[in-house]
Amino acid sequence: MGFTVFIILIPLVMFLLLSFGSKWLRPRAAGVIGTLGMTIPALLSYYTAYRYFLADAYVWPVWGPINTFSMEWLRFSDNLSIEMGVMLDSISIMMLVVVTTVSLMVHIYSLGYMKGERGFQRYYALLSLFSFSMLGLVVATNIFQMYIFWELVGASSYLLIGFYYTRPEAVAASKKAFIVTRFADLGFLIGILILSYYTGTFDFNKIMDVEADLAVTTMAGSSFLGLSAATWAMALIFMGAAGKSAMFPLHIWLPDAMEGPTPVSALIHAATMVVAGVYLIARMFPVYLFAAPDVLTLITYVGLFTALFAALIAITQTDIKRVLAFSTISQIAYMMVALGVSGYGGDFGEGYTYSMFHLFTHAFFKALLFLGAGAVIHTIHSNEMEVMGGLRKYMPITHITFLIACLSISGIPPFSGFFSKDGILSAALRYEPFVFGVLLFTAGLTAFYMFRLYFRIFWGVDRQYEKPPHEAPKSMTIPLIVLAVLTCVTGFIPFSFYVSPDIRPYEVYIHWPVALSSIVVGGIGIFIAMWFYRKASDRPAHLAAKLSGFWKAAYHRFYIDDVWMFITKKIIFRGISGPVAWFDRHVVDGTMNVLGTGTLKTSEAIKGSQTGRVQTYAVVFVLSVMVITVLVLVL
Amino acid sequence: MVTMEHYLIVSSIMFFVGVYGFITRKNLLAVLISIELILNSVEINFCVFNRFLYPEHMEGMFFSLFGIAISAAETAVAIAIIINVYRIANNIDVRHIDKMKY
Amino acid sequence: MNILSLLVIIPLATLLLLLLGKGQKYVRGVVVGGFGLLLLSAVILAVLFLHERAVSDAAMLFVADTLWYAPLNIHYAVGVDGISVVMILLSAVVGFTGVFSAWNMNRDFFAWYCLLAIGVFGYFISLDLFTMFMFYEVALIPMFLLIGVWGTGKKEYAAMKLTLMLMAGSALLLTGILGIYFISGGTTMNIMELSQLHIPMTHQYWIFCLVFIGFGVLGALFPFHTWSPDGHASAPTSVSMLHAGVLMKLGGYGCFRVAIFLMPEAAHELSWIFLILTGIGVVYGAYGAVLQTDLKYINAYSSVSHCGLVLFAILMLNHTAMTGAVLQMLSHGLMTALFFSLIGVIYSRTHTRDIREMGGLMRIMPFASVCYVIAGFASLGLPGLSGFVAEMTVFVGSFEHADMFHRVLTVLATTSIVITAVYILRTVGKVLYGPVVNSDHLKLDDAHWYEKISAVALIACIVIIGVWPSGVQGIIYDSLAPVMKQLTLF
Repeated sequence: MGFTVFIILIPLVMFLLLSFGSKWLRPRAAGVIGTLGMTIPALLSYYTAYRYFLADAYVWPVWGPINTFSMEWLRFSDNLSIEMGVMLDSISIMMLVVVTTVSLMVHIYSLGYMKGERGFQRYYALLSLFSFSMLGLVVATNIFQMYIFWELVGASSYLLIGFYYTRPEAVAASKKAFIVTRFADLGFLIGILILSYYTGTFDFNKIMDVEADLAVTTMAGSSFLGLSAATWAMALIFMGAAGKSAMFPLHIWLPDAMEGPTPVSALIHAATMVVAGVYLIARMFPVYLFAAPDVLTLITYVGLFTALFAALIAITQTDIKRVLAFSTISQIAYMMVALGVSGYGGDFGEGYTYSMFHLFTHAFFKALLFLGAGAVIHTIHSNEMEVMGGLRKYMPITHITFLIACLSISGIPPFSGFFSKDGILSAALRYEPFVFGVLLFTAGLTAFYMFRLYFRIFWGVDRQYEKPPHEAPKSMTIPLIVLAVLTCVTGFIPFSFYVSPDIRPYEVYIHWPVALSSIVVGGIGIFIAMWFYRKASDRPAHLAAKLSGFWKAAYHRFYIDDVWMFITKKIIFRGISGPVAWFDRHVVDGTMNVLGTGTLKTSEAIKGSQTGRVQTYAVVFVLSVMVITVLVLVL
Repeated sequence: MVTMEHYLIVSSIMFFVGVYGFITRKNLLAVLISIELILNSVEINFCVFNRFLYPEHMEGMFFSLFGIAISAAETAVAIAIIINVYRIANNIDVRHIDKMKY
Repeated sequence: MNILSLLVIIPLATLLLLLLGKGQKYVRGVVVGGFGLLLLSAVILAVLFLHERAVSDAAMLFVADTLWYAPLNIHYAVGVDGISVVMILLSAVVGFTGVFSAWNMNRDFFAWYCLLAIGVFGYFISLDLFTMFMFYEVALIPMFLLIGVWGTGKKEYAAMKLTLMLMAGSALLLTGILGIYFISGGTTMNIMELSQLHIPMTHQYWIFCLVFIGFGVLGALFPFHTWSPDGHASAPTSVSMLHAGVLMKLGGYGCFRVAIFLMPEAAHELSWIFLILTGIGVVYGAYGAVLQTDLKYINAYSSVSHCGLVLFAILMLNHTAMTGAVLQMLSHGLMTALFFSLIGVIYSRTHTRDIREMGGLMRIMPFASVCYVIAGFASLGLPGLSGFVAEMTVFVGSFEHADMFHRVLTVLATTSIVITAVYILRTVGKVLYGPVVNSDHLKLDDAHWYEKISAVALIACIVIIGVWPSGVQGIIYDSLAPVMKQLTLF
């Protein structure tokens, strides 16, 4: 399947074309070219999926990886080199489908949403750059290729968040996003270095060749500060994943990233780039499981805390994009927990399977939510819930699709979210009831805040708008409809058949006790939200007043941003950088200046002894001769 | 009998008088005269050593003649410089001629 | 005639031609022609080198040798390996683009500029220690005048400080070179021949220190780097480009060609001291850059950090890391030249380099700003640009070291990439993004065509290395084999 390389290359060509041609292309033309350019990789991805899963299925009954393309890019030493290649297996094909589909939808949607914006061509060029990087990331054959594209998605995310570069908030947000993820990537890089040091390879297949005695088990022997090298490496790689996937405490960049254009938030900060962390852990899953099980426990609890924490914050936010951002953090944390609780072999691998399934379904319904929110923002010109209400009458298509997405994320059957969430919950129950309990509670919170959002936008106060809101143009509603359809149908894909940690298919059934409890909890959440927000009332205000301490803390995102501001501004800037700069100017440079001025001063002091009068010299000369003569005669 | 020592005593006195004059005189001409004294004392020594120690050779005498010629030339140059200094500074006091120093 | 001598003769001829005429047009024509020819011959040299390399396995190619001072066995001995070729290409590119950045300078400026080029190229082709040292000095002296006469700000102070510190380094170096010559038996000054002779261990210690520090001063070895911020800030644009882009590489090249190659045992024994110093330099330079407000100071500190990484990697004494060091020299040379050229573009229009007085330049001068962002990305090591390739080779190579000490140090050095992101994005955010701070800036124009040539040429090189690194990496890797052999003998 050599054609798969074009899935990655076409967006790159589009990027070059659009960025160099931006002067000659009219905005509309650039948009259409970009969109058409994205259609081809999407179709190729579908065809790849069809070939891999259905038509060929020659790897049956094992979904083994196939390298369809590989090229040496950089050789470090005799055994270490970076390859650039395309590796196809279940999860990479699944990601290809997700990325190209959402990207295509966002391309179409942006034709309407970004119409008339300054820098339209640049926008499409950057979208292509992002698509290229993200696709390169998912098909990586080795961990270094993944790191390379990992950095590239970070950079394209930076450029897209800062798309409105004249707005200081957007600039600050883009900077924050890049630096926080860069900090996390440092962990990723060090992890790669440790891993490659012990295994002598970057290649995924070689690192976790289960049959040939996992290469990383050789690392288990050596330890550093009491932990094995494998634990260090995998924990550090998780740090990179946590940064990209906005796990606590590295989540702070994601809510701010909402300063970017809304379709960008849908593509990068909801559906694709932020799940790269989950994808990375899934990619390395056997290594985690066999060489560093402690790290999996860490992942479970970090994910669990983040899921709950972000859901609590989401309840109090009033900016609709921020609610969605925290919801994204919470849902990605769900996927992380699912990976953390997963086992290996047969339906022990349920957590892994459903983590990927949730990634798949979440991408569609979360993109749908963001695009729906974008449609609302597009007509209202504000992100704040306060100025919205009663929009269901004005925007019927947006309303229905948004409702479908909300039901899906709340875990109501038959929408896709129900199936994936159910699997995660049952995997958690198998692992530990406490984890299950917290996840279930989070599911209730999710239903509550999503419907709070839904009711406040589309129901609630019947506002009189100065300019009556209108339904979005076709270019924006078509992607909404497509994504809504996908949200309805993707739940029925038998995922366990295609995706499992030991790459062998297995059968799962819906665990009705778990499913029922999740439906009930979700229903309660929806009901409470309805009771609070369906009609304009003062109930929410009462509740907020009662819980004022908590409400305020949650509204301010539990002050984590302030902690980070303290660390950067006070510790790094004032505490390290300031003193270093001072030290350099005054101590190091001062020493050099003292040497220089010292020489000058000394010369100034002794130059008087050279009077310039021959007579003085003659006195000294004669006296010295006499002294020497005396000395010679006496001694 | 006038021995070598007598000559040497005279030339030594001349030499140190010259050195003393060179160090203490303020007037450039006086300094120049002191230098001549030193030179002449040395030339006396040359002649004396030649005459008393190596009477069959003439190098000492020749050397004295050289010295006299050179001191004459040197005096001419020195006086030219001194005249120029006087033109510029209106003064030939050594204490005041330090323009080139600072 | 030897092709290598051409690299010295062309700038010399350019210099002489410059002295013949006067008008601005004449000067520009001669300089562009001269440096264009230089670039062309550098490229031809590279092609011939690859051709020759395929059939010959001598360590040095295009060797020529003429005795010019018999009592000390000083020869004009030239020859190149892959590393010199890469450095020559870098110098030619930076020199050529520097001409365009100095478009409005007068004849005298370019005369000194040519002299500088003579020194640089002569240095890279020399195989004779003394001739190499002589060219090194030839490269240093014009710097004093170029900064002192055509600079800005505290130029006399900066020029004096730079020259004195580098001269102090040269003094150590000269002692070291004479030490090598006499202790090895006083028979030859040729590096390749010297490498066959053995210098007793007791002497290696002090000579290694002298030579490494001597070259290290120019390579911005902590704590002898402080000439760099002042010097770069005061120098005119193209001099900053050439100085940071090429001259600082003379230091790294010398450390590796003389210190490590001739005294491998001492290098093994003493590397830890200098590793700590360079490790400090890498992180320290990055932190130092964070709070600076002058664009050139930011870049100068960034150079301290990046050049620290060069020496750091050289001292790892392993094949991959050393390859990374040379790549880093190349990459840093290109991107820092790009930075300085763009700072020149901005400064010549806004007449300020203080980032607090600028803002929103992206809208006013889009071309220069986009180039600046690309330079920033190269500096913070974005894949696809040269910085990434170099840094990763350094880090992977250094981490391959068997000692825990070296690996921990490598991890500490990697933290600099985060700090780099902080100061680069801070600068970009303040200067290029955001609202326009000074309304007078709205009237400014974008880069002129000659400034565009300079930026585009440098970006092209950065991207080529970033996208297709294996070509240049292979040349360097192979050329390091003799050095590695020398190192593993002990």
